[in-house]
Amino acid sequence: MRSNGSASSTKLMRSSRSLDRKKLRRNSSLVMKSEALDVHRSLSKGLAKSESKPRCRRYAVKKIPPFTAAAQCCNVGGDDMVAKKGGRGEDTEEELTRVPLQAIVLADSFATLFRPITLERPKVLLPLVNAPMIEYTLAWLESAGVEEVFVFCCAHSKQVTDYLQNFDWLNHPKFLVTTIESYNASCAGDALRVIYERNVIHGDFILVTGDTVSNMPLNHALKEHKERRKNDRNAVMTMVIKQSKPSPITHQSRLGTEELFMAIDPETKELLYYEDKADASKGTVSLDKTMLFDRSCISLHNDKQDCFIDICSPEVLSLFTDNFDYQHLRRHFVKGLLVDDIMGYKIFTHEIHSSYAARVDNYRSYDTVSKDILQRWTYPLVPDVPFLKNSLTKLERQGTYRASDIGLSRSAKIGPFTVIGSGTTVGNHSEVSNSVIGEGCIIGSNVSIDGCYIWNKVTIEDGCKLKHAIVCDGVTMKSGAVLESGVVLSFKVVIGQNFVVPAYSKVSLQQQPVKQDSDEELEYADNSSGNVEIASLPNTAEMLEEESRTEVADSQIQAASEVDGVGFIWSVGEKGHEEEWRHSVAPIPAYRLIEIIKTATEELEISNADSNILPPSGELEHDSVNDSDEDARDDSAHFEKEVEATFLRAVNENVKEDHVILEVNSLRLSCNLASTDCAGALFYAMMKLALDTPHGSPGELLKNVAGVIGKWKKVLKYYLPSLDEEIEVILKFEEMCLESTKEYSTLFATILHVLYEKDILQEDAILNWAAEKEEADESDKVFLKQAEKFIQWLNEASEEEEEEEEEEEEEE
Amino acid sequence: MPDVHSLVNEFVTKLNKRQIEGSKTTAKLTAELLRSFISQQRLPHSNQAGALIDAVKAVGEKLIAAKPVELAVGNVVRRVLHIIREEDLSLTTAAVGGLNLASESDDEDDTEQDDHPVLSATAVAAAARNALRPPSLQTLLEDLPHSAAAPHTSSSGGDSEGKSKSADKNTMTRKLKHNVIEAVNELIQEISTCHEQISEQAVEHIHHNEVILTLGGSQTVKEFLLAAKETKRSFRVFVAEGAPRYQGHAFAKELATSGLQTTVITDSAVFAMISRVNMVIVGAHAVMANGGVIAPVGLNMVALAAKRHAVPFVVLAGVHKLCPLYPHNPEVLLNELKSPSELLDFGEFSDCLDFGSGTGSPLIHVVNPAFDYVPPNLVSLFITDTGGHNPSYIYRLIADFYSPDDVVLQRKSAS
Repeated sequence: MRSNGSASSTKLMRSSRSLDRKKLRRNSSLVMKSEALDVHRSLSKGLAKSESKPRCRRYAVKKIPPFTAAAQCCNVGGDDMVAKKGGRGEDTEEELTRVPLQAIVLADSFATLFRPITLERPKVLLPLVNAPMIEYTLAWLESAGVEEVFVFCCAHSKQVTDYLQNFDWLNHPKFLVTTIESYNASCAGDALRVIYERNVIHGDFILVTGDTVSNMPLNHALKEHKERRKNDRNAVMTMVIKQSKPSPITHQSRLGTEELFMAIDPETKELLYYEDKADASKGTVSLDKTMLFDRSCISLHNDKQDCFIDICSPEVLSLFTDNFDYQHLRRHFVKGLLVDDIMGYKIFTHEIHSSYAARVDNYRSYDTVSKDILQRWTYPLVPDVPFLKNSLTKLERQGTYRASDIGLSRSAKIGPFTVIGSGTTVGNHSEVSNSVIGEGCIIGSNVSIDGCYIWNKVTIEDGCKLKHAIVCDGVTMKSGAVLESGVVLSFKVVIGQNFVVPAYSKVSLQQQPVKQDSDEELEYADNSSGNVEIASLPNTAEMLEEESRTEVADSQIQAASEVDGVGFIWSVGEKGHEEEWRHSVAPIPAYRLIEIIKTATEELEISNADSNILPPSGELEHDSVNDSDEDARDDSAHFEKEVEATFLRAVNENVKEDHVILEVNSLRLSCNLASTDCAGALFYAMMKLALDTPHGSPGELLKNVAGVIGKWKKVLKYYLPSLDEEIEVILKFEEMCLESTKEYSTLFATILHVLYEKDILQEDAILNWAAEKEEADESDKVFLKQAEKFIQWLNEASEEEEEEEEEEEEEE
Repeated sequence: MPDVHSLVNEFVTKLNKRQIEGSKTTAKLTAELLRSFISQQRLPHSNQAGALIDAVKAVGEKLIAAKPVELAVGNVVRRVLHIIREEDLSLTTAAVGGLNLASESDDEDDTEQDDHPVLSATAVAAAARNALRPPSLQTLLEDLPHSAAAPHTSSSGGDSEGKSKSADKNTMTRKLKHNVIEAVNELIQEISTCHEQISEQAVEHIHHNEVILTLGGSQTVKEFLLAAKETKRSFRVFVAEGAPRYQGHAFAKELATSGLQTTVITDSAVFAMISRVNMVIVGAHAVMANGGVIAPVGLNMVALAAKRHAVPFVVLAGVHKLCPLYPHNPEVLLNELKSPSELLDFGEFSDCLDFGSGTGSPLIHVVNPAFDYVPPNLVSLFITDTGGHNPSYIYRLIADFYSPDDVVLQRKSAS
């Protein structure tokens, strides 16, 4: 990593060279190209990986207008490199049209939000309305015209490949599905690096995760992307976004994601800024000033939702390979590209309106997307369309989907928006509403199920109550058991009779790994590594089910004690109970919503007080950016303090005057201020020092002042090269007398006199000041009046002088 | 063989994904698929007709299950089955002199009993109706070859019997297949020319200075209107826009560019305008056996308005839209609910569609059905390729085009 200074200086050099090159371009393009390549190489060596701070960058850019020229040349360099890498020449364009449309599906989320379920089954195979998530993704890609798909699997890769094999995805004639397995990838970045090494991507490709549910047609977005690419080779990525209402709670309650801020160029649709974790404490978003540098306006959005569907150019893969620190697609890659203006890569957005796209990221979005599917937003990917090889389901009134061979008791009530999978039986007087029930489940009588996701082959005995829970395959709930909202029961868990599983708890046969590890591959629990006991749980009955399973008996007994059946209750992670509601399938409790709205409005008020609140999604014009003024004010206050400290140190440590001047100068440069400010600040510091030196009477104080001024006259004089600065000092003094150091107010005229005598202030300065003040309000004239006599004397003196001069002249 | 299977699978996935729209294209593609399927089908020496029927039925079930709401698929499958039966019949009647009917008629009773439990109530009803109507020579002979051929599948001894006549059968195999393919070709031809056939009749229905009302857009209606315009008739067309798909907008544009005087109205203004209208002409999704129509959503309202003002309500439908099923049949999926995004913008309403707050179910529900049902008493006339018909006459048409044995195809899959 290089220091910021050198980075900016390199930039300076580069841009000046680029100017030359621009001239050259007219003469011969060949020369220019080779030079550009040269520059590019040196750049990629030094700067590609340097993470220079944006602030410094900004400074550099401000100083150099022909920045655009630099970027252009850089483009040429990038172009050449790509062409060389691909081994292709000028016919790149033609070849692009020939290659089949490819897609990369990341069948691993590289996250732990779906634990403990993902310990036993990969996330993409979890059923979403009775069909594995990856089915939705693949079915969509197939119908959108993608011809070749690479499924990248990492955790549980065997299960994923087996699944694809069994369900006949791997030998479609016109839809090629290839799996790429890797065992040591721990993030999306690793995955893309592995794919790059395989060298299988030859053209633009779609990058999605295996948990995407969408019905958007890709052709339009692809066409846009290709056209942009034709004009600008640096448009490497098109990101699909969707509008959603900017209510403070919508993001949270719909998809369980943080609020997302984006700055988009409304004309070109270029993405300029992406922030998914807005700083809640400040409630502000800071934008780079350079964004407004070459565009007339930008629009700032908080009403957009990221669909996590990206159309990428092949360069994206090589970018990941070049930057080993890119891990997360959004956090590192997108933000990295946006900050990095050296390579000049651009990201564009494509907004979809009527079609649906969402990603199942956590339990909350699992719930939301499931319900969107039931409400048919994802048409034709809905349960009654046999897009998968599942059994036929029929849509009945009120959005009830029923498979053909189910056993429903006459007295069972099936509420709206419910799916009942084939082979499931529901007993007498049971009520099911807003839920999805999988295949082969047995539900007893007097059971109430509301807002639950019950997967396959689950047994629920009489009198159970389930509310907003996820129940995985093979779970048994003994009679009378209760699941409170937000509970997740992982595979084959048994809940004992009349046991109440507390809200938001997660129960699994696997023990919770003690160390939170980001790598899913290491997720298998180690039986010997200690069991997490929950003291607060009522271990009521000693009834143990003798289960004929191959599990270790030891852990079963322990497990049994926890839920009165079989299974461990996982303790909540570092986030604590407080955060559990965010990502649970249960609706957010009312009091939480109130809290969210309250904090949101408070934030709004704070920022209103700052008086620079921006409209939620309005267009940001040039003029409305007034940060610079505030910056300056802040800077000068800060500078004053710094100067005072420096001066005090100088006094205490007897630093030479020259050194003091040097230090103050450097301070001035760092704060980017004029020398007039220095004089004022320095004078202020001196007067402060005189005041702080112990004194009894105004006379002594005067003596102090005279002493200090006398001692540091040289320094002060250095900063008073002209009349303007001197007037500035007088104004400063006046201000001090009024505000900070009232002790001086009586001594104003006397001190003015002292300053005059010490040659710090010239009489012209004082007279000018007086003249200026003549026109001011009465209230401002307090000190003018005080100094009246002195000024009068000065006037007379100067007149005398003039007379003398005149006399002299006359004499001559 | 694998080739045709992959073709079938591809078609099934296309139907599944709702990539094929419009009953005419679906019907044509289905017929073409079945043609290639039949041409690649290898037939046993004995009982080719039965084997072919079974094979086509199996494929047909698959296709129907892929998109139950598109009744044209089932119609075409049934038509093809009917064609096979007819061709077989004509072959058998030609060779009837050379065959010993006596031995086969012995088995006849057994087969009848075997078949009957499989038949559903509808099929029985259709058969009963068959018996009621004056028997034509064709229907009388129709049963004969089927029952005569059936025993061969059940009895393993059929092979030896078949061998003895192998030489004879071989020519018959080729003949049957050839004839069937010829007939299917005719069917495809018929489907693709149905628009012309229908629009030929336009002159008889649209008169000078009339006002025609239609809803949404339909290719058949467009060609019908243009055909009337060709004959220098001057008339005006009111087009109701046909929410939520608003095909009426594009339709009105097409008419206007062809030089027709066109007025666009909202769906809700239909009743206000109907008194000025001389005739309502609309397309249909499917025509049921009772003369009821499954049509784009909104048409029931138009039909009621037309009835109220005694305006003729004319439905244009190619023969491939004639469905031998009754709308009360459990097999008939009358409707399909499409995505709510056609009505509401998801982004705009995302705060009302919130599952994360309150009781976990949103306050807005959107229902977007694709079709309406217009009962037969609201329809004045059907214009098909074969001419104009009353709703009450549809069942006769159906009897001409379909064999009663094929009416219920899906029942088998359920059992």
